[in-house]
This record gives sequence, C-alpha cells and structure tokens, in this order.
Amino acid sequence: MSWKLFELLIQAAFYTVLISAVSIILGLAIGMVVSAATLSRNRAWSLAGRTFVSFFRGAPLLVQLLLIYNLVPALGLDVPSIVAAVTGLSLCTAAYQAENLRGGFQSVPGGLLEAADMAGLNPRQQFWRIRAPIAVRLAFPSLVNEAIMILKASSLVSVVGIVELTRMAQDLAASTYRPIELFAAAGLLYLIINWLVASGGALFERSFRWGRP
Amino acid sequence: MNFDTDLIARSLPEIFGAFGITLLMWFAGAIGAALLGFFVAVGRRYGRSWLAVPLWALVEIIRGTPFLIQLFLLYYGGPFVGLSLDPITAGLLGLTVYGAAYFSEIFRGGFEAVPAGHIEAAECVGLTRTQIVRRILMPEMTMLVLPASVNMAIVLLKETAVLSIITVPELTLVISAIGSQQYAFAESLFLLALFYWGLVELAGRLGRFTENRLSKYRFATA
Repeated sequence: MSWKLFELLIQAAFYTVLISAVSIILGLAIGMVVSAATLSRNRAWSLAGRTFVSFFRGAPLLVQLLLIYNLVPALGLDVPSIVAAVTGLSLCTAAYQAENLRGGFQSVPGGLLEAADMAGLNPRQQFWRIRAPIAVRLAFPSLVNEAIMILKASSLVSVVGIVELTRMAQDLAASTYRPIELFAAAGLLYLIINWLVASGGALFERSFRWGRP
Repeated sequence: MNFDTDLIARSLPEIFGAFGITLLMWFAGAIGAALLGFFVAVGRRYGRSWLAVPLWALVEIIRGTPFLIQLFLLYYGGPFVGLSLDPITAGLLGLTVYGAAYFSEIFRGGFEAVPAGHIEAAECVGLTRTQIVRRILMPEMTMLVLPASVNMAIVLLKETAVLSIITVPELTLVISAIGSQQYAFAESLFLLALFYWGLVELAGRLGRFTENRLSKYRFATA
C-alpha cells in the first residue's frame, strides 16, 4: 500500500478523533443533566432520566443514527449529516455516561457526607467540594472506557455518508481493489488511537490517586 | 405518518423472516462466541506457553478495533485469500469471533476470581486437574461470570443490526428497505428502535431473573 493512501487514512483518522471527542464532551454534558434527573427526588424527572438511559442503551446505535439522520429532514430541518451523526453519537454516549456518573455519585461514602455535615458545610458546599469531585474520580475509569467505545462506534457514522476512517478505508478499498491492506491499516490506526487513549487515561488517573476515598 | 396498512400487511411475512434471521444471528453468534471465548480463556490460562502471546494479541486486536472494520475485512477481504462467504455466514463468523474476544476476557476474570483456597483444597483431596476444572472451577465460575455474560449477549443482540451493512437480510436491513419503499423511513426506523429496545429490556429482565434463581448456588466469598 502506497504512502499516499496511508496519508489519506491518517487524515481520516483525525476526523474520527474529532467526531468522537466532540461527541464524548457533548455526551458528558448531556449525561450530567440526565444523571441529575435520574437521581432527582422528583418522580417525573427520575422516570424521564431512566427512560432516556434505557432507550439509548437499549436500541442499537446504528438504528439510532439512521433514525436521527432521517428524522431531522422529516421534521423539516435542514442540517448537514455530520450534525445528525454527532447528535446520534452524543445521545447514545450520554446514556452510558449518565449511568457511570450515577454510579459514581452513589458510591460516595456516606461517612464523608456526615463528616462534611458535622464540619458545617452547607448542601451546596457538600456537593461541590465533596460529592462532585469524588464522584468524578470514581467515574473516571469508566469514562475512559466509554471514550474507547465511542471511538470504535464512530465507525458506524460511515453509513450516513461521513467520510471518517472507516468510510475512507471503504472508499479506497473500492477504488484500489485492495480491501485487506486498507481495512487492516484502518484497524491498526484504531488500535493505536485506542491504545493512546487508554494509556493517557491511566496516566491521568494515577495523577489524582491521592484523592481516593 | 403515512403508513400504508395494506403494504405493511403484505410485508409482514418478510418482516417475520427478517426477525428470524436476527434471532438466528443472535443465538448462534452468542452461543458460538461464548464457547470460543471459553476455549480462548482456557488456552490462555492452561494451554501451552507459546499460545499465550498470539491469543493475547488476537483478543486485544479484536477488542481494539470496530466491529464494522472486522466485518469489512472478513467480507470484502476474504475473497482475496480464497474465503468467499455469503453475507449470513460472514456475519455469523464475524459476530462469533468478535464476541469470543470479549467473552474470553469475562471468563479470564472469572477464573481469576475463583478463590485460590478452593483449588488448593481440591488438590489436597486428590482431584486431578481435569476434575478441578470440571467440578470446582466451572460451577463457581458460572455464577461469577453470569451477569457479565448476560450483558455481553445483549451487546451482541444490538450488534446484529450492524450486520445489515454487509447485507445480511436481518431486521434492520429489511425494515429500512420497506421504509424507503413507503417513504416512511423515519417512522419505520422509530418502530424498529422501539422493538429492539423492548427486546433488550426483555433479555435483561430474563437475565436478572436467571441470576436470582441461581443465586442460591453462589458460594460464600473466600
């Protein structure tokens, strides 16, 4: 396989990373709102949050992507397909991240909150100084796993015409009749990206190990 | 909503057939993946030492790359090395190998979680290695790996939708085709999403029910 083809794949890999990073960040923001809703004492909010999580974790991502891609024009909105793709990825990862965060918040040791109460911290201070930092630390390893899941799942946006790594490999394989080399090279790039994310995550995790309850 | 009820009625046999393919892919894929994954886990733990590195590499490669890339490599790359498969066979093989990598990690974790004391005790009373695996490891492991295995089986159900991309005539492909014929793509995909959601919820509940029923067999922790 020529260097020229590999260069095209690398460019496409950057696009894959960009799509995934935007989706992870948007998903984290949506996931925070959803996890707050699921943990809410208000029954309606809690039910809405749990339904969101259950639906977006229950339906296959491919079906969600196709649905959003076709639903948006059906509603009379004219947006580029990349918006539909990122929306689909973000909503799906939001459901998983909401579960991670919920788990994080629920694993904050009760003793710490009692101690904060005794020390005279008001609920707002307890949330921002005790609960949130510890919950985020507890949820961090799952967040790294989720980032890797989304990097792999982003290959599915190729079906709605986004030319990211998988679609680029597919197009080049079709024009050069060399599917083995191209898909193997694309797979290798995914492996490298995921390995970098996993090692970066592990390194970052070690840096805040001191705060482990 | 512009559903043509007559067209839906006419396409019902096709939809049921597609659902059958989805179920076939799921059951055969999940069972095959669990079996292959078990052998990989056993091979990595008890096999010859030269097996360890290739098996590790294989598992990491499959877990580190998208399922779609693996399917493309198998389906479009296969014919170049004399492996021309029809979509259903390619899909089933792809799903089995993909799932096996994840199942092997679940089983590996299960092997490691069985308390060493139980194995030592079994050795002390003179059980052979095969007996230890069959009588001690496997029953204890079944309980340990059940929740993660149910989860993985559900992941595989959702991955069967991806097989539509290599033209396996399963539910997602057939519903998409019918939806576009009717100009009701969004509506039919919405119904499809709801259907998968229901199926996943059902499978999850069935899994939890089984776990509860079997929980009496869970050994006291080490």
